[in-house]
Amino acid sequence: MNNFPLSVRIKSKVKETPLVTTFTFDYPHRAEPGQFINVWLPGVNERPMSIAFDDGKAYTISVAAVGEFTKLLGKKKVGDMLGIRGPYGQVFTWKPKQRIAMLAGGYGVAPLYFAASRALKDGCKIDFFHGARSKDHLLFAQHVPKLKNTRYLPATDDGSAGFHGYNVQAWQEELSKGVAYDLVMTCGPEVMMKVVSDRAFEYGIDAQISVERYMKCGFGVCGNCTVDDLGITTCQKGTVMPNETVRKIKEFGKYHRDAVGRKHLY
Amino acid sequence: MADLSVNFCGVTFKNPLVLASGILGITASSWRNVVRNGAGGITTKSLWLNEHQGHPNPVIIANDHYMLNAVGVPDAGVKKAEEEISLFLKKRGASKPPLIANIIAGSVRDYGVIAEEIGRMKPDILEVNISCPNVESEFGTPFACVAGDAARVTKEVKKALKKVAPKLPVTVKLSPNVENIVEIAKAVVDAGADGLTVMNTVGPGMAINIESRTPILANRVGGLSGPSLKPLAVKFIYSIRQALPEIPIIGTGGVLTGEDAIEMMMAGATLVGIGTGVYYRGVEVFGLAAAEMNAWCTANKVKKLSSLIGTVK
Repeated sequence: MNNFPLSVRIKSKVKETPLVTTFTFDYPHRAEPGQFINVWLPGVNERPMSIAFDDGKAYTISVAAVGEFTKLLGKKKVGDMLGIRGPYGQVFTWKPKQRIAMLAGGYGVAPLYFAASRALKDGCKIDFFHGARSKDHLLFAQHVPKLKNTRYLPATDDGSAGFHGYNVQAWQEELSKGVAYDLVMTCGPEVMMKVVSDRAFEYGIDAQISVERYMKCGFGVCGNCTVDDLGITTCQKGTVMPNETVRKIKEFGKYHRDAVGRKHLY
Repeated sequence: MADLSVNFCGVTFKNPLVLASGILGITASSWRNVVRNGAGGITTKSLWLNEHQGHPNPVIIANDHYMLNAVGVPDAGVKKAEEEISLFLKKRGASKPPLIANIIAGSVRDYGVIAEEIGRMKPDILEVNISCPNVESEFGTPFACVAGDAARVTKEVKKALKKVAPKLPVTVKLSPNVENIVEIAKAVVDAGADGLTVMNTVGPGMAINIESRTPILANRVGGLSGPSLKPLAVKFIYSIRQALPEIPIIGTGGVLTGEDAIEMMMAGATLVGIGTGVYYRGVEVFGLAAAEMNAWCTANKVKKLSSLIGTVK
């Protein structure tokens, strides 16, 4: 049980969009879809990031340069060293040959793309509802459509690609048509995932939801990521949780807490 | 089933295992989760008068041997404390697991102000943190490191409580990083402390990532905790108990099992705090250790666990 940062070198760096870069690390972390790692920039800070891919030999993270930390991370070059702790957290799970709806919002596409690529090996069939503000923000749009046995169903707020509206509306249309899903997986903005949780509950579909809270330690000790009223830590009991658990989290879709524990409404 | 209950300054705990301050413990729901997992009571994370930012990450690192932390005592201030404490007191259930409110401040005067604010919220016990090794860069040497400073804070807290909660028991959390802990303990008790919490984390210590040649904690240094510190804690508790046999002690430091807790009680502790133990055994550590204490008592024909307190002379 070692929770010190492990020094790893950047093996390759690929620009996905003007903002997003995918880094590959040459280290067998053997992370599963839905898990996260804590990325440490020595002397700067450390942030949890979801694993975008892991083939057992190397793994990748996709980083949007939007804040001070991610901008600094984006400047790192091939061969540079970072610290990595983890992988932490629960994983997405499925049974062979299931019909799965995946609802990805924004950067939530990364772990779901990883989950899809694994689930396909078990004969699953996937409808991938990919939501973003506009066409330019559809991260991984070049990768997801290449997956076998997958219907790629993008949805954009401005209608610049795919369905004009939210991905949950596109999913709702499929449900109305009578498409029967065995399982729903979702990762993205909480207000979107709250709708997924409610809809899945109404339709009696199993759902797995990635609940993200402000995390520090990653191993269930600091307590910053506990949720009301269950009081469980999302870093350990999540981030991926079954809908039955999520429905007991009273703050889900309503508020979250910052680094000092203060509530912020969604 | 042995009787595991203990009485600390008139407050009854169903078992002596309490969540130590600083681990989990930010919200009422998290305190209740700890109680559901078998704790006899809980201690809040340190409460400040105003919002206090913690340190950047990493704030906690750990391995099989130790934990090093410099979370930096983040807190949102008294308004949030009131919301969470009142929620816990309202929802804690018929068994009434006690709440120990832990307070911290940067000046003697502010200790009085926060004590008064928190005292009004009717916690069962007030614990005064004068020994955090992780805010030294902000506030200098902890008050717990100088007998006179430790006594001044204690007096100020007791004075402030006279108006709002004169019967609220006060325990002062001592630092192990001193030359003579018994001298500090005596000064604090002379100043009016009803109990003592022994001990805070050790150090601070430092861990360096050799590839980047950088200290890992963003604060560079942090308080050391974990199983190997238990003998230190046991010795400090023992020495204080010998010098001040009437003063109840909350023992903390490296407790992972029921046997560890029993050892600490024999040295002189009435309550036993578990913090880093949550890392090694999960939040389930409280129920596991309570069951281990019960099994030990049964096997050794001890009917009342509290009869073991301070039995090692």
